[in-house]
Amino acid sequence: MILDSKVPDGPIEKKWDKHKFETKLVNPANKRKYDVLVVGTGLAGASAAASLAELGYNVKVFCIQDSPRRAHSIAAQGGINAAKNYPNDGDSVWRLFYDTVKGGDFRAREANVYRLAQVSASIIDQCVAQGVPFAREYGGTLSNRSFGGAQVSRTFYARGQTGQQLLLGAYSALMRQVGQGTVSMYPRREMLELVVENGAARGIVCRNLVTGEVESYAGHAVLLCTGGYGNVFYLSTNAASCNVSATWRAHKHGALFANPCYTQIHPTCIPVSGDHQSKLTLMSESLRNDGRVWVPKKKGDKRSPETIPEAERDYYLERKYPSFGNLVPRDVASRNAKSMIDEGKGVGETGLSVYLDFSEAIKRLGAEKIKEKYGNLFDMYHHITDEDPYKVPMRIYPAVHYAMGGLWVDYNLMTTIPGLFCLGEANFSDHGANRLGASALMQGLADGYFVIPYTLGGYLTSTKLPKTDASSPAFKDMEKAVAERTKKLLCVNGKRTPSDFHKELGKIMWDKCGMARNENELKEAISKIAALREQFWKDVKVTASNEEFNQTLERAGRVADYLEFGELLVRDALHRKESCGGHFREEYQTPDGEAKRDDANFSYAAAWEFKGVGQEPVLHKEPLTFENVHLAERNYA
Amino acid sequence: MNLTLKVWRQKGPNDAGKLVEYSAQGVSPDMSFLEMLDVVNEGLIKKGEDAIAFDSDCREGICGMCSLVINGQPHGPELGTATCQLHMRTFSDGDTIVVEPFRARAFPPVKDLAVDRSAFDRIMQAGGYVSVNTGNAPEANANLISHHVAEKAMDAAACIGCGACVAACPNASAMLFVAAKVSQYALLPQGQPERTRRALKMREAMDDEGFGNCSNEYACEAACPKEIKVSNIARFNREHLKASVCSEE
Repeated sequence: MILDSKVPDGPIEKKWDKHKFETKLVNPANKRKYDVLVVGTGLAGASAAASLAELGYNVKVFCIQDSPRRAHSIAAQGGINAAKNYPNDGDSVWRLFYDTVKGGDFRAREANVYRLAQVSASIIDQCVAQGVPFAREYGGTLSNRSFGGAQVSRTFYARGQTGQQLLLGAYSALMRQVGQGTVSMYPRREMLELVVENGAARGIVCRNLVTGEVESYAGHAVLLCTGGYGNVFYLSTNAASCNVSATWRAHKHGALFANPCYTQIHPTCIPVSGDHQSKLTLMSESLRNDGRVWVPKKKGDKRSPETIPEAERDYYLERKYPSFGNLVPRDVASRNAKSMIDEGKGVGETGLSVYLDFSEAIKRLGAEKIKEKYGNLFDMYHHITDEDPYKVPMRIYPAVHYAMGGLWVDYNLMTTIPGLFCLGEANFSDHGANRLGASALMQGLADGYFVIPYTLGGYLTSTKLPKTDASSPAFKDMEKAVAERTKKLLCVNGKRTPSDFHKELGKIMWDKCGMARNENELKEAISKIAALREQFWKDVKVTASNEEFNQTLERAGRVADYLEFGELLVRDALHRKESCGGHFREEYQTPDGEAKRDDANFSYAAAWEFKGVGQEPVLHKEPLTFENVHLAERNYA
Repeated sequence: MNLTLKVWRQKGPNDAGKLVEYSAQGVSPDMSFLEMLDVVNEGLIKKGEDAIAFDSDCREGICGMCSLVINGQPHGPELGTATCQLHMRTFSDGDTIVVEPFRARAFPPVKDLAVDRSAFDRIMQAGGYVSVNTGNAPEANANLISHHVAEKAMDAAACIGCGACVAACPNASAMLFVAAKVSQYALLPQGQPERTRRALKMREAMDDEGFGNCSNEYACEAACPKEIKVSNIARFNREHLKASVCSEE
């Protein structure tokens, strides 16, 4: 298989315009003859579904929650980047492009990133027009703040609830279309199979989560907007229902999965308090604008933070990276926290955290101003830890947050299965090996509002798709597969709960394939995951029946997929014998302990082909060339 | 801590439900209420029993998926907090806690503690949007909005659509939910063209879904995890009255 990225030729700043012009259009009257299935209603899914329906397509939308407004984009806090250059501080499309490629440690596709930067300004226009209440200056203009990995202020925000406001904007556009009858909404549905007929994606098979019924839906194209796979680590900042199942099933049907080892560990999360914990809570990295990260200089210093004099504190990010200071990118901040903790300088009862201190900012700006900027984050921290961050420094620890890897897509966002598109966090395309803060919202909305409305038409006009419907044999086969799998899960009747397996898998992933990885431990992880998978199918216990609302059954299905996917993630990490972005191999580091890339051998996207459970997947490489941003060691000092 | 739980169990929408007693042993004060229920459920599954069904997703107080009426209060005793962020340190060893679903005619039961809140989506479909197609937007700074107006709109927009206001209201009214959305758009220039139409349509949709009317109990504000103010209802009433009297449509 040769991976064709379909990146148009010509200078980078002209590629997208040229491609839009050269892509064939669907006549307005013909659009309503096409059925498009959109799975997932986060920023990517909701914006795509609404935009396609506005154009005239027949859209069906599926989500796992009770309402499309619950999708996990809602939890994004800090903001959304756009190259508006309102602050007049030197930003431009080119600089956002450059920062994103560099921030991704030169492992993203240049043309996609450039397009992302190009459409970023239109996203802000669109959201403002929808009534998204972004923060404003007294004069009425939009406010900006700075974020990690950038030296300009290009982040737009709505308090600490930017994701919520943007998602509600996209959701409102979607609801408008549902009201007009151009979109049919199917909540509480879980996609459990992709239907491929004559080599093209033609539909999905879902389980109705309320009744247990298996339902089939046919269409001319399928858009997977199903988010990231961070929950493979069990503890992450993801929502409880975030899962890899939709993309994993597509992978098993032939969609290549790219760069699964690129997982982002977010530096500012609330530390773990005990075994009962079901998730980790992130606090926006915007906190690093005013908070200073430090640990005591002395190992095992158990004094309370306010009694430790300035001279005995190590503001290690400011010391090591004077020009970016506390605003280094996430991967750098997380790794440094880990190394401080490994040196025995961690703080708190468990020693598994570092301080994020606002005392200086409170002195400088006043508590009122800090409250206005971060009030909800401070309240959240206070609630969870029972400590008041206005009085004592926050304690933070890194946690799994975002998946840069995902289904491989070409410039049109189409996977290796014709007619199957993948948008947002679920695809691999724009962030390389590390995503910069406030860029996830940008990418989700770019894909949905401004990319897929153009590229989908190109596919539909250039492809002859025979008539099909949900009664065809391809659908019946998949319905049978779903029913059999459900039956299998219910029949094991072992002793351990699905969550119990999930926790064990998460521990393997975090210990062996977390913030730092090495060959021996990765090999160990592969065999441990395989053994756990085998045990799962012998010893899992799923109670109640299929024909009802059964959350234990839902969870079991997702854990079963994670047990397969986890192995692929580890294999990818093992094969990539370099360190880059969120993937840090202990064997490959600079003398200062920074990630050391190997551009001669690893400047490619690793796209894996499924060959069977427990079988070694086949690697396909998409070479990455950098014609516009020069390959350089990422340096934030 | 050791606690006694009385949990509403109901197999399906058409089955009768009842309170069933469970004991929760060794509960840590750092657990969230939902993590405590997770632990109880793990025990039930191991015993071969059906786990207690309840909705939750983000578990950080923003998605609005979690619900529960805890000791008679939607989202429990702590003000301004969703159930997922209610911590067990709020309770004491030996407490008996009654856990029920959000109850309202417009929120039909799904199972146990989960209910169907799709009525909210249908109200939104009636007018909870600005009609602007993708690509049709003017430059973002073309409309200036003063800082305090943007902040006020944001206060209203913070609604997470959980439905606690409905569960708390003796009339099961959705006024606070609808008012928050109407207010957000009424305050912003983007919302002006559809201002009257929106107030009328959303109000009508709310009534059609079977939600009750507002009789100024203020229970909604007390229960709201995002502390949305009843002053939004006052604004919505003004909007609705103006629209009813002066609408051009």
